[in-house]
Amino acid sequence: MGGDVTGTTPPATPVRDTDADAVYRLTVNGTAHTVEGTRPTDSLLHVLRDRLGLPGAKNACEQGECGSCSVLVDGVLVCACLELAEAAVGCEITTVEGLTPAGAEPGDAALTGAVLTDVQQAMIEAGGVQCGFCTPGFVVAIHDLLDRVPDPGPLEVREALAGNLCRCTGYGRILAAIEQVVTVRGNGR
Amino acid sequence: MTPAVASTGVEAPPTRGGAATSGRIGDSPIRPDGTPKVQGRFAFASDLEADGMLWGRALRSPHPYARIRSVDVGPALAIAGVSCVLTADDVPGAPTYGLMSPDQPVFARGVVRYTGEPVAAVAADHPDTARRALAAVVVDYEPLDPLVDPARAAEAPPIHADGNVIRHIRIEHGDPAAAGDVVVEGTYEVGMQDQAFLGPESGLAVPDGEGGVDLWVATQWLHEDRDQVAACLGLPHEQVRLHLGGVGGAFGGREDLSMQVHACLLALRTGRPVKMSYLRDESFVGHVHRHPARMRYRHHANAAGDLVKVEAEVLLDGGAYGSSSSAVVSNAARFACGPYRVPNALIDATVVRTNNPPCGAMRGFGAVQVCFGHESQMDKLATRLGMDPVELRLRNALATGDVLPTGQRVTGAAPVAECIRAAVAHPLPPMPGDGWLDHPGGAGRTAERARVRRGVGVAAGLKNVMYSEGFEDDSEARVRLSEGVASVTCAVAEVGQGFVTIASQIARTVLGCDAVVEPAGTVGIDSAGSSSASRQTWMSGGAVLKAARAVADQVRSAVAERLGLAPESLTLTDDGRIVAAAVGGAAGALDMTVADAAGDRDFEATAVHRHRRTYPLDERGQGDADVSFVFAAHRAVVDVDTDLGLVRVVQVTTGQDVGRMLHPTQVIGQIEGGIAQGVGLAVMEEIVVEDGLVRNPGFTDYLIPTVADTPEVLATCIEEPEPEAPFGAKGAGEPPTISSTAAVAAAIRAATGVDVTRVPVRPWDLI
Repeated sequence: MGGDVTGTTPPATPVRDTDADAVYRLTVNGTAHTVEGTRPTDSLLHVLRDRLGLPGAKNACEQGECGSCSVLVDGVLVCACLELAEAAVGCEITTVEGLTPAGAEPGDAALTGAVLTDVQQAMIEAGGVQCGFCTPGFVVAIHDLLDRVPDPGPLEVREALAGNLCRCTGYGRILAAIEQVVTVRGNGR
Repeated sequence: MTPAVASTGVEAPPTRGGAATSGRIGDSPIRPDGTPKVQGRFAFASDLEADGMLWGRALRSPHPYARIRSVDVGPALAIAGVSCVLTADDVPGAPTYGLMSPDQPVFARGVVRYTGEPVAAVAADHPDTARRALAAVVVDYEPLDPLVDPARAAEAPPIHADGNVIRHIRIEHGDPAAAGDVVVEGTYEVGMQDQAFLGPESGLAVPDGEGGVDLWVATQWLHEDRDQVAACLGLPHEQVRLHLGGVGGAFGGREDLSMQVHACLLALRTGRPVKMSYLRDESFVGHVHRHPARMRYRHHANAAGDLVKVEAEVLLDGGAYGSSSSAVVSNAARFACGPYRVPNALIDATVVRTNNPPCGAMRGFGAVQVCFGHESQMDKLATRLGMDPVELRLRNALATGDVLPTGQRVTGAAPVAECIRAAVAHPLPPMPGDGWLDHPGGAGRTAERARVRRGVGVAAGLKNVMYSEGFEDDSEARVRLSEGVASVTCAVAEVGQGFVTIASQIARTVLGCDAVVEPAGTVGIDSAGSSSASRQTWMSGGAVLKAARAVADQVRSAVAERLGLAPESLTLTDDGRIVAAAVGGAAGALDMTVADAAGDRDFEATAVHRHRRTYPLDERGQGDADVSFVFAAHRAVVDVDTDLGLVRVVQVTTGQDVGRMLHPTQVIGQIEGGIAQGVGLAVMEEIVVEDGLVRNPGFTDYLIPTVADTPEVLATCIEEPEPEAPFGAKGAGEPPTISSTAAVAAAIRAATGVDVTRVPVRPWDLI
């Protein structure tokens, strides 16, 4: 429990609280953001959620175990809680807020909040959403899987999503949503 | 003041006069909060922020039991960016709180009774500043010898002024001297399970500048929290306003207060908004867990296989504070015999206080632990009698009209035999193939195929729906019909279960129009009760139904008045229309939705739903303590690697008593999710507590089932409408968790021949 429970733990090595020099730019969902006054230890998750107003990546464990903070960094699926924000400078970061239906431009204002991706739509229709805390992470991870493997086998799906925990659904309706997307995409080919 | 991230709710505007031909009771409309949830725009409590906001954190005890000699907050206050540090001296109202009796300190004073007990709280400009401030608080502890063995608690020196025995219950039913031809005995243990909801305990407290406070929080029961928080703040209820922040799962773990009082105290002291959001390790000590149990059973039966008597002793470890322990132990006692006809019973159940982490509500609430006991016994009895375990259960299955060990007669639906038959009627899964993920161990590829054994097990369970033993329970709802749209106001905590969907379905069905559910809070509406005990569909669904029907009645009266008719000459249909054969002799028959008939007028009604009265148990544990019961049966299929003790749960099938499905997809979601938690308790989930210290406070070591661990689930819902329930629907949330654990344990026994007497089953228990 770190320093929280032990009144006797010595304070961590002194760190710069904030660093005026630490001004950097992060490209998130196609938009460049200037980030200033952060700490070098700030995770990408913290900066996304608490500095850039993008709470879609969730803070369920902040230990890299649950996948609720899944984002794409240069197209690679990562846990934002395990990435240092400063280390993502120069990378293309995609969060759940930046997912857009096929054919649309990222950040297309007309689409924001109005149009869902096929994965998002299927998650709602199939009943893959209950409390919804794991949902954004699943949506990002499912997009990543289906972009890489258009027609995954059942065990492939399970192995690929084993890094995303859901406590409500038992995964049954999430798997049904994936099946729905695979079928529809397959018919479109 | 409203947080920058708006409260939860529906974002798409409803359409006036929406035909609402779908989305009624029995359909499976999409969740109204589904769209913002899949987009990451749904505002969970941990997403909230406000201008000038500070971050709060709690300092927690590193000792399970210690005297506090002194607390020095000076060094913490000296850190730049720290606004405030509070201790027990700073609590203006009641120093303690609790769900059933106020025995738990807001901040420890003089003594800490469990590892993780809050001692102080800080507010600072950044979470890291708050963390460093906690480390700078100097607490001088004198460690004491902790009481960690619940079996010693009754005789040990009391660790709390209220004593170490929180509650003892004895149920004596029938002839205590009765004896059977066949007797089987066993002792069983259940480990400590965590709810492991994904959304951490979180909230945002905003002072109103006039001495009061608004708190947006993830909770299961807004009004109960409001009452407890107001008492600790020393404020009248109207100055403490709670609003539901988006809730990331609950499963019982949000019945008790966590950060609520701390955040409000910090906000009132600093005059600034304060956000608190636990990290996962703090969450593991920041909420109560499922009680670990030790059980001793003796079952008597006659040679034909009829149960003659059940004797049971149940010991639950309540941990340091009372929480809901006294209700959990009562459930454990009342349901200790399972869903069977048991003419004679002697049940002795005790929950004690120790210096272990506090335990309280978790899905299944006492019924889960004893189910592992009584179902292990039923298998043992079947073996002794040479009977098929399914046959033995069917032979003794409880039915409507039968009497429970409390003396209460089951008057509602009790399709126990149907549940069991449905669970075993599903096809068995194929034997594992050659795929490298098909065997226990999965990607680890550790299993030798020839050493994998398959087993099948069956179990059945029951539980009460709603609170018991005379608890005064009610729910209030308001329905407003305006401009062709119904809006529902009810203080139900939507924790993921889908009440918002059900509520809008009910309003749509009764009024024939689109419906929205307003944000939940304590202002302007009375309590809806807790989102627990599988009760909201019945209680708050009932309140919404009553209010919607009252609105429909008002509309009918208005239409009748306009037409110069008696209201009774117009009929309200079950699908939200007002019809009349011929209107006042004038041209044409009337047939329109209630909403259309309302025209431009607004209508509103508020209603309270109560269930029938229940009664306390008497000194022999007899009494009509419950409103209603739910039943389920499970069959589990497992593959076990007999070299390494690894278990793969291949399939779980179930028959579940649901009364009536109001939303089939959501019912299936409850069943699949509940079974996953039951499977978790069977083979992987346990909070390991050593000398009062939680050794695995994180998802690295506390494992919950991933999608790779979760079995195929096949479910049959038994729809036998419950006479007193709105629409005949029973709650569906808890039964999937009750007997799925026992079924998996039985399957492991069948696969290995090992006498599994403890869950979770660990690899070293099998080899």
